[in-house]
Amino acid sequence: MTSTLLLEQIFNGLQAGITLFLIAAGLTLILGIMDFVFLAHGSQVMIGAYAAAAITIATNNFYFGILAAIPITFVCGYLLEWLIIRHLYGRDHMDQVLATFGLILFFNEAIRIGFGPAALFTNFPSSLSGFIEILPDTPYPVYRILIILVGLLCALGIHLFVSRTRVGAMVRAGASNPEMTAALGINVKILFRFIFAAGATFAGLAGMMIGPLTSVEPGMGEPLLILSLVVIIIGGIGSVRGAFIAAILIGLVDTVGRVMLPMLFKTFMSVSTADTAGPALASMSVYILMAVVLVFKPTGLFPPKGA
Amino acid sequence: MKNKFITAVIAAGFVASAGMAFAETIKVGYITTLSGGAGIIGKQMKNAVELAMEHKGGKLGGMDAEVIFVDDQRKPDVTKQLANKLLKSEKVDVIGGIIWSNLLMAIHKQVTRADTLLISSNAGPSPVAGSNCHKNFFSMSWQNDQTPEAMGAYMNTAGVKSVYAMAPNYQAGKDMIEGFKRFYDGEVVGEVYTKLGQTDFQAELSALRAAKPPATFIFQPGGMGINFVKQWKQAGMDDVSKLYTVFSVDGISLPALKETALGTISTQTWSPDLDNAINKRFVADYKSKFGGYPSFYAAQAYDTILALDHAVAKTGSKDTAKMREVLAAGGIPTTRGSLKMNTNHFPIQNFYLREAVKDSDGVVTSKIIDTVFEDHGDAYAQDCKF
Repeated sequence: MTSTLLLEQIFNGLQAGITLFLIAAGLTLILGIMDFVFLAHGSQVMIGAYAAAAITIATNNFYFGILAAIPITFVCGYLLEWLIIRHLYGRDHMDQVLATFGLILFFNEAIRIGFGPAALFTNFPSSLSGFIEILPDTPYPVYRILIILVGLLCALGIHLFVSRTRVGAMVRAGASNPEMTAALGINVKILFRFIFAAGATFAGLAGMMIGPLTSVEPGMGEPLLILSLVVIIIGGIGSVRGAFIAAILIGLVDTVGRVMLPMLFKTFMSVSTADTAGPALASMSVYILMAVVLVFKPTGLFPPKGA
Repeated sequence: MKNKFITAVIAAGFVASAGMAFAETIKVGYITTLSGGAGIIGKQMKNAVELAMEHKGGKLGGMDAEVIFVDDQRKPDVTKQLANKLLKSEKVDVIGGIIWSNLLMAIHKQVTRADTLLISSNAGPSPVAGSNCHKNFFSMSWQNDQTPEAMGAYMNTAGVKSVYAMAPNYQAGKDMIEGFKRFYDGEVVGEVYTKLGQTDFQAELSALRAAKPPATFIFQPGGMGINFVKQWKQAGMDDVSKLYTVFSVDGISLPALKETALGTISTQTWSPDLDNAINKRFVADYKSKFGGYPSFYAAQAYDTILALDHAVAKTGSKDTAKMREVLAAGGIPTTRGSLKMNTNHFPIQNFYLREAVKDSDGVVTSKIIDTVFEDHGDAYAQDCKF
């Protein structure tokens, strides 16, 4: 076990965590501020990935694909809220779970009808396919570093927006007390619609960026949704800062655990036992972390103030 | 007047049913996965079965035939219910299909004990090849261990001294590595089990880069294969290690991998370029009808129908015992040539080394570059007593 490998795995964990944050940022606001259980957030990832992939394939230009897909995911999120979600705010959580689970099935089938069941082929342009030596003799892919940078920029942007701008103040006010905020003359409904659409866009952006790394296929967002739910629970529902820290934590624990646990086990047990126990424990590690956090901080690490 | 009319209708009914009794119909229940992420595999198999029926003029061995497709949703409980329905209410004569080993295990006893032929178009778990075998079961594919066995044998001849093995953490993943190790003589320096359904392998690739093995053997079926091979190439791993694959680079993943897959090698019992008349017709017609190369899943589904056609044509009946006798004798005309049958009703066949290449139209497909095993039987046949 060398320190360069550990550093590389930390980068891998960061990249996975940042991707999760982009998905969880919207989800935590939707659940925290609107008190709405939205399970179809993974579909937003898929819509983003498909929009970018389809446009990239049609125009043969990766950057254009991403630039065009961002407004598409925003409009999709906006329309989804306007057509369906706003009618469900007043319902109880069970109705919301059922309705949004139905949306998952709807989106997956719609994509299957539109693009076929096979995965779409996408790759990033050759200009991004190089490597940067993060340490001597430790090359790291440029594209993955780019994902980390874009994610960090988004995180910074969201933070500044929520904490420093007037609209951000309205968002926070709407989260603490929607009735009072509405009474002060702020149109909470429109505000929520834009938060929803922005959340969809960030999730879509995550899909656009991981599309060239993984396969763009129906149902690709669901495994990410589950991890995102873990992230927002650990981070504290409604807290963007909590989501950021929890996402990085989950990314690191999942990635580093997957590689290191079997190696660690091999130092004190037989190879075949380690091969069985290592991966088993690694796939549980994220949920064990969640359980531990919930025991000590039942509302998550950074519950929003006044909630 | 009214009575006369009714009598006439009844009489007509009798005549019609008498006529029906003359022209027997063989009913085939075909179970495959048509929904969900693996739906693409089932779609290809359904396409191939329909193509085979078209090639045979809608008949099997000259007998009127009906194929009923059902979607197992990749769930054992659903598959069990479907098999029950096909046996009891549809009263099918044969059940075919089945992609997944766990689904086959779920219905194996139920179908074979109902004195109905069960023909697997893909799954080949070891229990049904060995001690739990049944005379009413036939495989039109292979036993799970055989394909990695072939890769192990090939790597010996290629002089690969040590290898790093990687497979998803579930039964088939472990079976594949077991099969591989049965024939591979070199050292296995690493055995890594990834999460089933994993999409990002960057962490494993980083560890692999640090381990610097001269060769890497992987089994990553379906979408996992697409992700793995893509990320392998993106990470420039070809400079670190040579990649050897089974069931990871095929007609399902190649359209999503395209040029990225070029040069990747794998072992398989079938390839679109296998040179025989049946295969040429199958591949050409499949491509023109469905726009794209068939996968080995499709070829095996096509062969399942050819086997039934062969059995009915030889016996002139759909009687289970008679058809069983014909199939057990082997010599079944398939896309893999005349197929021999082992004592446990699994094929004895060649295993080829395939490479991902571009065809004359610039489409990425696989091509046979060597024959690893000739007439290779599986390791479990000796344990099988009917």
